[in-house]
Order: sequence, then C-alpha cells, then structure tokens
Amino acid sequence: MTDTADQLSHALAHPAAALREPSLGSRLDPWVKSYAQRTAGMTTSEIRALFSVASRPEVVSLAGGMPYLSALPMDTVAATVAQMLATQGLTALQYGSGQGDPTLREQILEVMALEGISAHADDVMVTTGSQQALDLVTRIFIDPGDVVLAEAPSYVGALGVFASYQAEVAHVASDNDGLVPHALEERIRGLLASGKRIKFLYTVPNFHNPAGTTLSPQRRPQILEICQRHGILVLEDNPYGLLGFDGEPPAAMRSLSEDGVVYLGTFSKTFAPGLRVGWALAPHAVREKLVLANESAILCPSAYAQMTVSAYLATCDWKAQIKVYRELYRERRDAMIESLSARLPQASWTHPEGGFYVWLTLPEGLNAKAMLPRALTERVAYVPGTAFFADGTGHRNVRLSYCYPDPDRIREGVRRFAGVVQSELELLETFGPYDVTTGRAVRSRGVQSPAVDLS
Amino acid sequence: MRHVLVLAGGLSHERDVSLRSGRRVADALSRAGVEVHVRDVDQTLVAAIMSSPPEVVWPVLHGATGEDGALRDVLASLGIAYVGSRPASCHLTWDKPVAKALLAAAGVSTPAGVALSHATFRELGAPALLESVVDSLGLPLAVKPTRGGSALGLTIVRSAADLPSAMIAAYAYGDIALIEQFVAGTEVTISIIEDEHGQARSLPAVEIVPDGGVYSYEARYTAGATEFFTPARLSSSAADSAAAASLTAYRTLGHRHLSRVDLIIDADERPWFLEANVSPGMTETSLFPMAIEAAGLETSGVYAGIVERALTTS
Repeated sequence: MTDTADQLSHALAHPAAALREPSLGSRLDPWVKSYAQRTAGMTTSEIRALFSVASRPEVVSLAGGMPYLSALPMDTVAATVAQMLATQGLTALQYGSGQGDPTLREQILEVMALEGISAHADDVMVTTGSQQALDLVTRIFIDPGDVVLAEAPSYVGALGVFASYQAEVAHVASDNDGLVPHALEERIRGLLASGKRIKFLYTVPNFHNPAGTTLSPQRRPQILEICQRHGILVLEDNPYGLLGFDGEPPAAMRSLSEDGVVYLGTFSKTFAPGLRVGWALAPHAVREKLVLANESAILCPSAYAQMTVSAYLATCDWKAQIKVYRELYRERRDAMIESLSARLPQASWTHPEGGFYVWLTLPEGLNAKAMLPRALTERVAYVPGTAFFADGTGHRNVRLSYCYPDPDRIREGVRRFAGVVQSELELLETFGPYDVTTGRAVRSRGVQSPAVDLS
Repeated sequence: MRHVLVLAGGLSHERDVSLRSGRRVADALSRAGVEVHVRDVDQTLVAAIMSSPPEVVWPVLHGATGEDGALRDVLASLGIAYVGSRPASCHLTWDKPVAKALLAAAGVSTPAGVALSHATFRELGAPALLESVVDSLGLPLAVKPTRGGSALGLTIVRSAADLPSAMIAAYAYGDIALIEQFVAGTEVTISIIEDEHGQARSLPAVEIVPDGGVYSYEARYTAGATEFFTPARLSSSAADSAAAASLTAYRTLGHRHLSRVDLIIDADERPWFLEANVSPGMTETSLFPMAIEAAGLETSGVYAGIVERALTTS
C-alpha cells in the first residue's frame, strides 16, 4: 500500500479525526472583506463563461471585436521590427518618456490631420491602447457619484472603466444620426435639477461600437455647443474614424473645438491591437494632469511598441493598408446586411458606413441575453445588448460583429442566428409575453461581455 | 511513471468550468509525480488517442458529451482505461428525472417535480399547464434544464408570474425542463471516492450558504460570493443520514471511482436528493476538492489514487 493510500484509508475510516471542530465558514478568499467598494461589479458571470465556447472553430463568432490581422503584410512588418531593433534597440528596450515617444507623437499629428485635426505634439500623450487613456481621463475627472453622459447604447469597455471609478452613467438617446441634441439638453437639465454633478460626455461619434451609427456633421457643432454651455467636457473616442466605407473620414469633433474636447485615438484598428498603442490629445492643462497620472499608473508606455508603430508609419504604406482593411470590412458588412435582409425580416438593424458592428433589434418580447445559451448550442455567438447599457436595459438588442469571420462564415452565422430567433419566437408564442426585466437572466451585475481576445 | 490524459473543454455551455477543472486536476496529478497532458475534445481526439494511447484518460468534462456517457463509450471501445463512471451509469445520472426516480425507488426522498418539454406546453397550452403545475406542486419552485450542471438555466420561482420567464431560461439550455418543489433547508453536497479496496467512502459534507440565497453560477465561481462550512453544521444523526443517502445514490446509480451528490437537509433532518454528478467540478471554488481538504487529505494523493483505481478496474 502506498503512503497516500494509507493516509486515505485512515482518513476515511476515521473521518472525525480529520475534521476541524467547530465548523467555521470559509469564503475561499481571505480578503473578501478587504476589497474596495469599486470592485462590487467585478464578478464572474454566466454570460461571460458562455463565451468560452465561442472560440471553438465549430462556432461562428459574431461576438468578438478582433481586427482581421491576416490582412497585414506580416513579412514587411517583421522586417520593419527587426530593422528597428537592430538600429535603435537600446532605446526601444529602455524606459521612455511618460508622455510618449516624441517622433511618434509627431506622426500621430499626421494621422489626426486626416480627420481635420490640427494640434501640437506637446498636447499628445501616448497610452497603452486608448483604453488606458479612457481610464486616465476618468481617473482625473471622476469622484464617486459624478455623472458621465454616454450614448445609449455605449461602448462596454468604457462602461467598465466608469463603473470602476464609481461614476454614474446617464445614457442619452441616440438614433441613426448619433446623439440626439435635444435629448442631450433635456438629460443635462434633468440631472442638474436633481443636483447631480456632470463631468463629461463620452461619445464614439464615428461608426459606433456597438450601434454602428455615425454622428451627423450637422449635429456635431450642436452637441459641442450644448456641452460647452453647461461646462461639460467632451471625451471623443475615435477608434474607427479612418475605417469608413465611403468618402472622406468624418471631421473629428476635436477639429471644431480645441478646448472642450479630449480626443482618443488608437492604432489597434488601423494597424495592430497587440502593440497596445493609443493616445489622447487634450487641452494643455488636462494633458499635464494626464501625463502625471500616466506616470503614476505605468511610468511610461512601452518604448518598444511605440517605436514599432513609429517605424511602421515611417517605412510602410500605412494609408494603403487602411484602404485594404476598409475594403475587406465593407465586403463583410455587405455580407451581413444582405443575409440579415434575407433571413430575419422580423428584426431591424443599423446600417454601418464603417467600423465593425451591426446593432440589431429583436422582435418585441425577445430577450437576447436569455437566448444566448440556445445560440451557442446552435454554434453561433453574439453579444447581448445589455452589455452596452449601465442601466440594465437593452434586452431586445444584439451586437453582431463582422470584422473577423469571412463573408461565407458571416452568412452561415446569420443563418444559424435566424434559426435561434425563430425558435425563441416559438417559445414566446407558447408562454406568452413576459416581463423581461424580472427574469433571472437580467439580475447579474457587472460587465457581461466576452473577453477582449474573442475572435 | 503513470501517463494520464486529462480531457477538458469540449463544446458544452460549461466549457469554461471544464477548462479550469482540467488545469487543477492536471496540477494535482503532476504534484503526485504523474505525467499529465491536457487536451480539448475535438475532431482530432480519437486519432490522437489511437496513435499514442495514454494509460488512463480522465475526462474532466462538464455537460453533454463529457457527462452523458457518450465519450466514455468511445474510450471503452478504444480499450482505454478511464476515470469515472461507466456509460450506462452516466446516462442515468445525467438525466435528472431518471436519477430522481431511481433514488425515490431506493427509498431516498427527492422533491416532487415534473419534467416537461416545450412541445408538451405547445400542445396542451402553457397557461393551463403552468397553473396546474403550481396547483399541484405549490410555490416556491426550482426550474432547471433536466440535463447540465453549474446551475446554468436554474431559477427559483417564488411567484407564479415568474414561471414563464423561468421556463424560457431553462429551455435556452435544453429541450426539457424540470420543475420541482423547492425544499427549504441546509444545502449540502457530499463527495464520494472509492478507496483502494473498491469501497465507496463519503467525504465530509460541505454546506453551502450563497450570499443571494441561490447557489447560482455567479455564486459558484466568484470566490467570496458563497460561504462554505466543512463539515456541514449538521447534527451527527443528520450527517449520518446524509452520508447514507449519498452512498445510496452512488450505488443506485452505479457510480465508479468518484462522484458528488447534492442534497437538501430539511428541518426534520431528512435528506432530499437533488442530483448527482459523475464529473464534479474541480476548480478553485469547487466542492469536491474542498471535501478532500476537509477530510485532511491532499488532492494530489487522492487524484493519483483515483487514477490507480481506474487502472485496476478497467
């Protein structure tokens, strides 16, 4: 008999000897009472776990937001990186400036010029993806209970940041032309009347994630004027601006207002998200605080990643690459819209002119979150609309992404999705309408979205 | 050195739990000096096993193929020793109403309930059928898919008005829903392992007190969201009858090597059988490893012992 077997039979024969008396409760986490209040929403969720299946090849994932990197000329990129390391390795692998590499900041000005922005490199700060810029802006402006205005729906990653700083998110109605100015005005008045302190408006004006809509040129000055009048900063998050399918990129809101806008940009969609290089362009006083906040958070953004981007911009035809991405995503958008039109006449959806996402509204009475397990059984994944609202609404909505799967997979995914909707409608017919807000599927808190590396 | 292939992942709704369980089992076995490989279940699995057969396969799979016996049938036909219950036993356990009926026949109490498919509701009309279910079973009710684990699709229904949405939530996970009386009491789970003589032994009961009152998916896998008491705060007579009920379930359902039985102990100290698991969770927050620790044992030694049992009993 082995020692282990010996030990096992002893313990099993004399269970009482092994037991600790009296029985004390355990929460499996000795620090459970120590966590800050801001972690309240940071829990595991059934929905998040379900996405685990979505990474399997059998499943058509219309849930992720990963750019289609196979379209990058990887040989060229590899050679560029090798050359950069060979000639500037000592700088690339060393600590850098907290504000970011000066050469890259100059190049960022060229990128932003495509959207009508003129600025000074001193007011640009490089961050670890624009997500970190979002975090830093929230950190320097938000005290617990302060209000952030955001589109309805809004980017799930931003909602997660706002929640972690205990901001209150007030959604503002949006339609096919983006934020609705008079709705914004009313919302602000209502919040001020109830004594709330509004710090900034968070908006994704171009090819919105998840809505797929774009703020019209007519509304941009109106939104800026309203915010300026009420002393509310505008946080313009623009990851998709250069990925429009038709015509020139829309003029950034920052091109209309230097003092009232903090602009966030990124190379994640136009080049590669793995490098985690984004930036903030801010009025000088805000920028000073952002740089200090950046240093306290990460000391400095990765010099290696910045210099890789810088070398890529300097030596590769990055504008041609953006064109490649645009054409590719346009073809996928078309495949998705055509399939939806053919297979889901009972639903409605937005018609994105750029970016990665279609925002779909299910027939009355359906609950996208409750329906997700069925979809995964049928081997198709999407993100339920509730992820994009801080107020628990969005049950009838679905975000479908077309950035990663090829057109044939998209068509197959939509075919499966339509079958799932049909089955769910049959259930609804059997059980009749029910209040989607009382169901178990909507009770959980926290961010209910897939992990970022989902295809 | 033993060579064990741990299977984790799969295509079920519990893929994430399975991946985490698999890593934990593999770690524990490695500590015991076992050579372990972990892999997913996919179209290349059978060929991979045939070209390089492991000594023992441990399917740490939750949901569908992993727990319904199908994969074990395949392993048996390939002549590979595997950990856990045989296919027929899995079939009986996997289908909760079947397991309940067998346990009731064996003299163990189990909450009254009905298993109904969506088709039945469509044929007979949902409002009348739901009303008759509430009339006969009363409230509160537990509604769950007849197959599957981790409380996915589970709703505790306290008002008849919430029943339709609970049905829809359960049908999202499977074709048949089990509606059963919700028995109030102490929620415990008892893990069972076979000793080296093939004798089934019950480990100390673990008592579960979830913060929200329901041991939901979130309560299961968020560390800190549930308080556990090991051993359960039961009188010795209640603990004995709970252990006896769990061993009856193990034998009645024909389990092998290891399993876990979920029970409610009511105010009269009577154990009520809820369900059994041929592939219990093995994650950081799972109950089976907790019970091993409560017995004063190490997971590595116990898991290595289970591997030995799989070899001697195949």
